[in-house]
Amino acid sequence: MLVRRNLILVLMSLEVMLNAAGLAFVVAGARWHQADGQVVFLFILAMAAAEVAVGLALVMQIYRRFKSLDVDALSEMRG
Amino acid sequence: MELAFYIAGAVAVISTILMLTRLNVVHALLYLIVSLLGVAVVFYTLGAPFVAALEVIIYAGAIMVLFVFVVMMLNLGEHGAELEKQWLTPGIWIGPVLLAGILIIEVLYLVWGGTAGLGTGALEPKEVAIVLFGPYLIGVELASMLLLAGLVGAYHLGFRKAEKPEIQHGRDTHERRAAAGGNLVLAGTDRLARTP
Repeated sequence: MLVRRNLILVLMSLEVMLNAAGLAFVVAGARWHQADGQVVFLFILAMAAAEVAVGLALVMQIYRRFKSLDVDALSEMRG
Repeated sequence: MELAFYIAGAVAVISTILMLTRLNVVHALLYLIVSLLGVAVVFYTLGAPFVAALEVIIYAGAIMVLFVFVVMMLNLGEHGAELEKQWLTPGIWIGPVLLAGILIIEVLYLVWGGTAGLGTGALEPKEVAIVLFGPYLIGVELASMLLLAGLVGAYHLGFRKAEKPEIQHGRDTHERRAAAGGNLVLAGTDRLARTP
């Protein structure tokens, strides 16, 4: 089973998923020769940049507070 | 042209799988960068050169550098040099280098030999820009607001609150007193030696 619990790896996998969605948009745009696919990819790019900046700042705060990057270490906030 | 597309796609898929199965974050980062470069070559073969350039510049350039910065800030302590030596063994970089070498050979072949655009031909940056600043103008404005919000949020979250001087002084005094065994007269006599 492929489960990653490192927060940085979780963020990197998120990048891969966003990239896959963007690839689908660009491929569809190339198939029907429309520029819209590339435009949506640009929006995904901007969103990924903003998301990764905030996410990495959160990762640094979490590391400072918990001294760990394990996702399971953050499960103390229940209900 | 089609062969280039399939090779680049295979490189992207293989490097993504290798990235997901690495245990060390830095090794995973190397493979992720190769994967993004592979996707950029796929974009180029599909006839989207503008998006391919943006993928290399922003994804593989800017976002990955952010990741590298955070990894380096969190991991390295005094044993940093030792870790660096450990990371520079050929077993670690030979995989990403081979995959990236395939990609660079392909790019050289494409730039000098073939023409971009499978099937329906290339979409020039001009066409993309006309659509981007025409019907999608509101999206551009929203993206700028999102980036501003991301900037402010990252600044706020990454801010390390500076300790107030009186709190620092108080703890320092407490430490000195404990170090001198509760003797207030002797507490802090080693202070001049420590502070410049």
